[in-house]
Amino acid sequence: MSTASPATERTTIVHVIGGLCLTVIRDAGELTLFALDMLVWLLTRRWRRSVLITCLYQIGVESIPVVLTTGAFIGMVMAVQSYDQLRYMHLETNLGAVINISLVKELGPVLAATMLAGRVGCAMAAELGTMKITEQIDALRVLGANPMHYLVVPRFVACVIMVPVLTLLADAAGVVGGWFFSTQVCGVDSHHYWTHTEEFINWFDVAGGIVKATFFGGAMALVSCQRGFACRAGAEGVGQAATQAFVYGFVAILALDFFLGILLNAIYPLMGLMSTGLN
Amino acid sequence: MVDTPAIIEFRGVHRRFGGQHVLRDVSFTIKRGESVAIIGESGCGKSVTLKLMIGLLNPSEGAVLLDNRPMEGRSEKELTSDRLRFGYVFQQAALFDSLTVADNVAFGLRQNTRMPESQIADIVRERLREVGLPESASAKKPAELSGGMRKRVGLARALALAPEIMLYDEPTTGLDPIMSDVINELILRVRERRPITNIVVTHDMVTVGRTVDRVIMLYPQPRLGADEPQIIFDGTPAEAFTAADPRVYQFVHGQAGERLLEMATR
Repeated sequence: MSTASPATERTTIVHVIGGLCLTVIRDAGELTLFALDMLVWLLTRRWRRSVLITCLYQIGVESIPVVLTTGAFIGMVMAVQSYDQLRYMHLETNLGAVINISLVKELGPVLAATMLAGRVGCAMAAELGTMKITEQIDALRVLGANPMHYLVVPRFVACVIMVPVLTLLADAAGVVGGWFFSTQVCGVDSHHYWTHTEEFINWFDVAGGIVKATFFGGAMALVSCQRGFACRAGAEGVGQAATQAFVYGFVAILALDFFLGILLNAIYPLMGLMSTGLN
Repeated sequence: MVDTPAIIEFRGVHRRFGGQHVLRDVSFTIKRGESVAIIGESGCGKSVTLKLMIGLLNPSEGAVLLDNRPMEGRSEKELTSDRLRFGYVFQQAALFDSLTVADNVAFGLRQNTRMPESQIADIVRERLREVGLPESASAKKPAELSGGMRKRVGLARALALAPEIMLYDEPTTGLDPIMSDVINELILRVRERRPITNIVVTHDMVTVGRTVDRVIMLYPQPRLGADEPQIIFDGTPAEAFTAADPRVYQFVHGQAGERLLEMATR
């Protein structure tokens, strides 16, 4: 007599996994089409300078305080965590190399981009989502403006320009923060601190971090704008778009970090920089 | 009498959103210079009809024709220039939050013309004056405006590019009776001053009685029988008020009839 109801059938693990796979494939497809459409507008039309300048200001200038603060704390936390380990091995003068290489290659780009995905990416998704549900995006079309050209291209360009710049600032703040804690609090000799830094870090490391940041900025902008354009009606829809912008953006940053890390490591020996320091 | 050519035509239009069938085999023609109201209950597809007319949505089946040519299949460039023939007053005005009132009104002119700023400023001033807004309002942001002011800025913005066809999406919804009358009066004045085609989507029968000379009534698709047409009325406002069809009569006179019971049991 007992037969499974349709409701029970829908909740099996196979359906859940299948549903998740379909969602991932659909979202990835939508994002790819969105990115291609954006690229066409990016390459074929003149950018709207006034909108771009506003985006550069909002994404770049307004993020400086928070990026500097984050960067400085990352540097200091690195010093706190690494000092004791290195001291046991009597290698505390290498603190500069450990902190700064981690900063410029990984932590600076990844944490600055993550923080910007939270500050800028969520705001972009919420703003575009609100514009969508209040018919402002339709109004743009009616008034002869393409939303992709008017809204997405300037945000993408601004992120691609400003995220690397902000990453450099985060790196600089982290370097200063790490140096300050290491030399003024832990008592590491400043001369040795910088000497070891110069021995271990080369320009390729710094450039690699900036290349990563450029990709992070582009990915963050695309994901956030696409989520905003796909926003569903109501306050819940806007909240969901903002949350998805951060989560998807963060995953994209980590995935890109992994693949770009492999790529940069493959290129590194070819550049003949294995033993060439900053000087 | 000269037969006026059709400017907009719906030919067997269906529109679905996922599994939801909003418009089913809808056909009608609007002639150049006509003033038409599209009425019907919430969710019957009035706003969707308006968006299909201007190419913001495509039909799932059938065709929407502008000047006897289907909208579907036109290039993005063609669609953009076609859309500029329309003025669209959105339900919630859809003003750009980040721009001032003046910049909102000037948006279409800056986007589509090479007019000098002084000329744009003159047009903005003239359009704002036409909808009864003081010059002091031009520097305000949309968030600082009342609902009626927002609607009027939306109207000024729609008029800035001198459209041939005006689309009004529920122009009096959410407004007090006085402001509703102001908007109705503006709709009439706009038509008096220009040789335009007016299409008003509304469920406000005062607006219908005052501003249009033809009424099309859509009925919600899920409540229709298999062979029933979705357009249940097409005639003058006077005919709508005395219609024999109880669905039309109840709607125009605001009588729920058995609907409450029907909704509770559905």
